[in-house]
Amino acid sequence: MAHPADMKTDPMVPVLAQITRKHMEIPGVVTFEVEAPGWTGFGPGQFNMLSLFGVGEIAISISGSCHDTDRIVHTIRDVGAVSHALTMLEEGDTMGLRGPFGAPWPVAGAKGRDVIVAAGGLGLAPVRPILYHLLANRGDYGKVTLLYGARRPEEILFEQELGQWRSQLDLDIEVTVDHAAPDWHGHVGVVTTLFPSADFDPDNTTAFLCGPEIMMRFAANALTDAGVGTRDIFLSMERNMQCGIGLCGHCQLGPHFVCKDGPVFDWATMRPLMSVKEL
Amino acid sequence: MTLPVVIDIKALDQLVQTLAKDRQVMGPVRRDGAVVYEEIQGVDDLPRGWIDEQEGGHYRLKREGDKLFGYTVGPSSWKRFLHPPKQTLWRAGGGGITPEPIAEDRFAFLGVRGCELAAIQVQDKVFMDGPYRDPHYAARRENLFIVAVNCTRAGATCFCASMDTGPKVNPGYDIALTEIDGGLLAEVGSDAGGAALAALTSRPATEADLAAAAQGIKDAEGQMGRKLNTDGLADILKDNPDHPRWSVVADACLNCANCTMVCPTCFCTTVDEVSALDSDEVSRENRWASCFTTEFSYVHGGAVRPGAKARYRQWMTHKLGTWWDQFDSSGCTGCGRCITWCPVGIDITEEAAAIRGEGG
Repeated sequence: MAHPADMKTDPMVPVLAQITRKHMEIPGVVTFEVEAPGWTGFGPGQFNMLSLFGVGEIAISISGSCHDTDRIVHTIRDVGAVSHALTMLEEGDTMGLRGPFGAPWPVAGAKGRDVIVAAGGLGLAPVRPILYHLLANRGDYGKVTLLYGARRPEEILFEQELGQWRSQLDLDIEVTVDHAAPDWHGHVGVVTTLFPSADFDPDNTTAFLCGPEIMMRFAANALTDAGVGTRDIFLSMERNMQCGIGLCGHCQLGPHFVCKDGPVFDWATMRPLMSVKEL
Repeated sequence: MTLPVVIDIKALDQLVQTLAKDRQVMGPVRRDGAVVYEEIQGVDDLPRGWIDEQEGGHYRLKREGDKLFGYTVGPSSWKRFLHPPKQTLWRAGGGGITPEPIAEDRFAFLGVRGCELAAIQVQDKVFMDGPYRDPHYAARRENLFIVAVNCTRAGATCFCASMDTGPKVNPGYDIALTEIDGGLLAEVGSDAGGAALAALTSRPATEADLAAAAQGIKDAEGQMGRKLNTDGLADILKDNPDHPRWSVVADACLNCANCTMVCPTCFCTTVDEVSALDSDEVSRENRWASCFTTEFSYVHGGAVRPGAKARYRQWMTHKLGTWWDQFDSSGCTGCGRCITWCPVGIDITEEAAAIRGEGG
């Protein structure tokens, strides 16, 4: 981890990270590759606090490969004041960076098992490190399935990469969209509509879910109904995060600090909490 | 073990002077109609002969007796010094980041009550015992000298006896005082406290002094204006997120956040970006935040807790329930500030009893 819990280091102080590459994914979504001094790598599912001085700081998951220890990859959607200002940055510009924070996806625990990765919208970014890991260690895992739902065909993230992965014979990838024009010949419907045709052994499957809360809830319920254990289904939660280290209090969800205890939780832990309105 | 001694007011003043040589001594003073904590120069600054009258949404000072520590607790708490309302984290300008130097404050607190020492210890767990610590808090805490005071009078909103935090202070102080007729019984809680006390004029405590102090503490225990049944309470709150009582209290709650500001354990902060108007310098600051605001839980698309009911439930369930999961202690120490300083007098003990199914 970048910040040891030593008394003289303030984990709230960022380092300056430099943008080495900027890539427009789809309108309003930008992927940056950055380099930061002192960076020693991350676990899939972890996030950084990114900031622009005078504007603010936000939590952004890392969307690159954890086998790539030099580059830090972030995929950012322009939705608020800080994310907007960040997406305006160009190659060579700097941003503030603290991290990595949070509990990663337990990919090691899925070894020898079938893996389902289900993502909605921009939720594909935080699960992409899982896919890189599975592909780099393909022999360690059983059947691997990626189920991805986007709102419209134009909003399919990482489309080129999805195409490349799709050509691999040991990877099942299904994509669906909520709305489509007649020239779309793929699936239409929410991501859970892809579950019935997915091929996995429910007794020996680990699932990783990321997307809007309602999507994750329906997906987790569908997997539970199919026989996957509630401790074998993992979700990445989103809450207001201002410190990333469990001190500011904003991200609390029941007894959990989402930033520190999560953002990845199992369904057994999340199900009772997510069934309470406005918790 | 050092035996208790009795000191007089002059000796207490001498203690303040001695501590002030290399520390800021913070103590109770009467200001704007309340007893608040500020830097003091000596015993003359203390609100001698003033006591407070408290109830839900009510606080008045009045003259009574001539005790130094006859008041109970007021709107300010020691957290404003250890975990200040505004803490600069770093500054940036001219292309570089300059971390704020680690706090070098050396405080001595005079008049820390049982509920308050417990509250400091609760915040210690939050800011120092996790995987990440707040280095400014940790530094201030490390340098702190605590002169505690055992309460010999309790207020109408006090319930420390229910929380096992008072009226007698638990260990963690350097010196603990109990006001008795003719002086202050002083007990040592640390080597530093022993050394400071040894330098003062004192006499050994007699059986009568000890009995008088014990009686004063017992009197305070009998005067507790509120009670909180904590038996199984954490689970009761966590198991009742849909209890109809949450709607009742939400109808009364103004969402003013007073309770979280006066609470000595509430620790939440918001990170603010501050731009200087006269230069290109920017800084980032932590400021006290409250879970009673809608922006507190804002994520893209809206607040997680838009409803007042959800926000009150979050505060109270955290304070008395999930705090145990996070820090292995209650988040409430029974000081009663949230009751007194609630403009509409919402009473945490009454709300907890109602969720439990008693009264209300």
